Amino acid sequence: MEFARRSSPYWSARVAVPSIMLQVLGALVPAAIAHVWFFGPGFIFNVLVASIFAVGGEYLVMRVRKRPPEAALGDYSALVAAVLLVFALPSLTPWWVTASGTLFAIVVAKHLYGGLGFNIFNPAMAGYVVILIAFPMHLNLWTAPRMGDIDYQYLTVLQTLTFTLTGSLPDALGFDAISRATPLDVMKSGLNGMQTVTEIRANPIMGDFGGRGWEWIGNFLAIGGFWLLIKKIIRWHIPVAVGVGLLAPATIMYLVDPGSQPSPGFHLFSGATILCAFFIATDPVSGATSPKGRLVFGFGIGLLIYCIRTWGSYADGVAFAVLIMNMAVPAIDLVTRPPVVGHSNSGGET
Amino acid sequence: MLIAVATIALLALVAGLLLSLASRRLPRKESDLVEQVNELLPQTQCAQCGYTGCRPYAAAVVSGAAAINLCPPGGDSTVQRLAELLGREALPLAKAVEPAVAVIDEALCIGCLQCRDVCPVDAIVGARHFMHTVIESECTGCELCVAPCPVDCISMRPLR
Amino acid sequence: MRALRCTVSGGLHQHETPEVSAPTYDLGKLHGGLRLPGHKAASTAEAIRDVPIPAQLILPITQHVGDPAQPVVATGERVLKGQLLARPAGALGAPVHASSSGSVVAIEPWPVSRRYGDQAPCIIIECDGEDRPFHTTVDENYLELEPEALLAKILDGGIVGLGGAVFPTAQKLMQARSCKIEHLILNGVECEPYISCDDMLMRERAMQVLSGAQILMHAMQIESCYVVVESDKPAALASLAEAMAALDDARLVLKQVPTIYPSGGEDQLVQLVTNREVPSEGLPSDVGCLVQNVGTAAAIHDWIIGHEPLISRVTTVAGEGIARPMNVRARIGTTIADIVAFTGGYAEHADHLFIGGPMTGKSVSTDRVPLVKATNSILVVRKTSFTGRELACIRCGDCAAVCPVQLLPQQLYWHARADNENRLRDFGLIDCIECGCCDLVCPSHIPLTANFRVAKGRIQELADEKARAARARTRFEARNSRMQSEQQEREEALARQIATAKRAGPADIAEILERRKHKKEDD
Repeated sequence: MEFARRSSPYWSARVAVPSIMLQVLGALVPAAIAHVWFFGPGFIFNVLVASIFAVGGEYLVMRVRKRPPEAALGDYSALVAAVLLVFALPSLTPWWVTASGTLFAIVVAKHLYGGLGFNIFNPAMAGYVVILIAFPMHLNLWTAPRMGDIDYQYLTVLQTLTFTLTGSLPDALGFDAISRATPLDVMKSGLNGMQTVTEIRANPIMGDFGGRGWEWIGNFLAIGGFWLLIKKIIRWHIPVAVGVGLLAPATIMYLVDPGSQPSPGFHLFSGATILCAFFIATDPVSGATSPKGRLVFGFGIGLLIYCIRTWGSYADGVAFAVLIMNMAVPAIDLVTRPPVVGHSNSGGET
Repeated sequence: MLIAVATIALLALVAGLLLSLASRRLPRKESDLVEQVNELLPQTQCAQCGYTGCRPYAAAVVSGAAAINLCPPGGDSTVQRLAELLGREALPLAKAVEPAVAVIDEALCIGCLQCRDVCPVDAIVGARHFMHTVIESECTGCELCVAPCPVDCISMRPLR
Repeated sequence: MRALRCTVSGGLHQHETPEVSAPTYDLGKLHGGLRLPGHKAASTAEAIRDVPIPAQLILPITQHVGDPAQPVVATGERVLKGQLLARPAGALGAPVHASSSGSVVAIEPWPVSRRYGDQAPCIIIECDGEDRPFHTTVDENYLELEPEALLAKILDGGIVGLGGAVFPTAQKLMQARSCKIEHLILNGVECEPYISCDDMLMRERAMQVLSGAQILMHAMQIESCYVVVESDKPAALASLAEAMAALDDARLVLKQVPTIYPSGGEDQLVQLVTNREVPSEGLPSDVGCLVQNVGTAAAIHDWIIGHEPLISRVTTVAGEGIARPMNVRARIGTTIADIVAFTGGYAEHADHLFIGGPMTGKSVSTDRVPLVKATNSILVVRKTSFTGRELACIRCGDCAAVCPVQLLPQQLYWHARADNENRLRDFGLIDCIECGCCDLVCPSHIPLTANFRVAKGRIQELADEKARAARARTRFEARNSRMQSEQQEREEALARQIATAKRAGPADIAEILERRKHKKEDD
């Protein structure tokens, strides 16, 4: 009897990249629901715009690269990048802002570097930085979270949709009426204005840890992140290292001077810390690969976030921290190479 | 804003000047490069490139007098490696050649020493009026022995 | 011990901790590895069955690593069971013996598993069914033999490593004699899924396995022996413990290791048992250890005490394409087709035939290949249902987490793609044991092990080319310098002649002319 030949090993992994990406999207769903609950339906519209441009952009650039588009679209990585980018944006964002960020992320930061597996920089963060620098005004248009006790004009679904499509607010409202500073903005401007932390925390936007609404989104992101950890989609090294890198200096400075330094809890639950720790920094392609390397990478990100928040001019430093550490990854990988078995010493005890 | 632009432009200018100075003052030593190119060549010493041996060809390649695709025994892989080393374009081989070894037909050999004296790697053994033979493991397939034989008893047999 | 949970199709293998007491607290550390589903229950349900002697035996001349052997019999000759058929030609080799009595009908190419179904020279014997032995029993106690004599005797028995590597045992022992060996390690780990021949051997012939260990210890003057078995073999552990108790030899110690693939690799086992790292490109003997498969030990016993050379072995027949999985003892030279027919034939979905396990087995194109010394398992499986594409590497690092040699398969893959042999050497490609763990965890489904095999071949090819070029260059430069020195000598001689001629006076010229005249007269 004749048989077909096959290279061993005969088995292959059950886990595959598309299913990993879908699980990451799944882990983001609770946080997405919280986002919509607190900040309105703008998130959904932004996700739709980003997804359309991510998928469309990927399709077009694969055609230009003379490759089959299914090869790239089939792994859902474009969708993940789009959704992570939208998490970093305000819910009231005109479509062209989201679109340009997404297109830059997918076409330039991902495909011009070679596609999935070859990009040096985290595409979502690269896209966000482009938006931040090109449309600074729109990235200041943060709305207030839903709370019972604030005198705030919330936009309806239709008004949100109108803004997303046209960029114009309803007649009676101007930008200043709608936008509210984020908790990080409030903290930064308050500290610059020589207020104490206690006074700043009295601001109604502040919740128990971070800002109202924001901390709930952070909680759900953390739940999603822990779920990914349990399913072994991500490993513990980077989230823990980011946490330590951010909280260690924060704790030290807070203990030294609680009046003028925000608490570690505030740092943890504000801005994109948890999003970064579990979802952004853990992007395998642009991060370090060895376990030691990942600890260094995560720690560097955390430290840079702290530095930019405290001494930089931007309220949140997640995107820049990630991009800077992306640049350091080849060096980190080189320095933290594990020793091959049998090379450490010539035949002695390990 | 203007100051920022001016500062960056100045930094770029300075860096560019430094780099060009370095490339001029600290050039790669010529002889080192010739040695490196020679290392990449297969050492058949066959003169098919038009030069009398591998080292002269290496020197010509480094000086720019010769193209990098003139070595048939080296094959495409040597052209690729030379292209990488020297930063030049990898052209297709000017002339392809199959790896082969020389074989002496012993019935015809007259022991004239013509082939033995011309072999660049001393792969032919023999003495005057004694049988000549090719040491197969040392023959590089350069074909320099085929022409001088007065009785035409040397042929090239492809390897494998 | 860092082991990654592997979700291979079929689910995880759950095993209970056996009640056998064997020390596990003093084990070394093994990096990486995977817990694989065992698939061994089906083939270990019944005892080893003996395959009857077939009508025709096909014996490949070379069934070992090393130089090909030379046949010492001719077509038409009648041979007896255990008679020498082929002698090793070079320094590294093992003899081949007839597995049964009969007559040699041909010495010709036949498909063999060593070449994946391609042909190699084989001695074909038509069996007469009488099975008459060549070696008669000799009343001789091996303990009275000198160690060197015992090693020579082992060489004559055709014993090779039966774990699958088929390295000639006698040469391995002789090489190890040049080092100080502290521990003999009997490898009963059998970590690869489906394969259970060693398990059954240990269950049924534990005494012979240990006796073989004692012979080895005498031949090599070793004072300590660890018999290592994985924790998923409680019956084997019990049987060995019983045999050890009966033998009452303090040198023999039973050790149990966790069921992690690939603990059974030689270097990995040494690390696990003694906590010593075998140096790269080195051998276990460099760290004072000697590893032998339990099947090899039993074969040594059969030869030294039973006077039967290596002419049969236990092999597992298993897989979805086999109707009745089991372990069989068959004569070397029985075709796979005959063996499978004996067990009950193929089932549906017999798509691939592997000699060996699913992780490191050789895929063979036909079942006409004979059972040889290396055939530890006959695995017939169905086509994989997975039809996913190979994607780009996403740098997840899971491959490095499971690599038992602590390599970076990811980097090796990039550099193998780029054909960068310097980097491949730098990252330790030569240390890859091709266990296949990295393939099993790669989410992009990259065939890493296959890539590394190709890369290793390529590096060897390039190294050979470089060596050839270096030799040619040396000869060229030697020739050049020789011609230069000849030229120089000629010039110096000419210069001396000219100088002499210039100094010559009329008397010297007259002398020279006289000499010339005399010379002409003599001629």
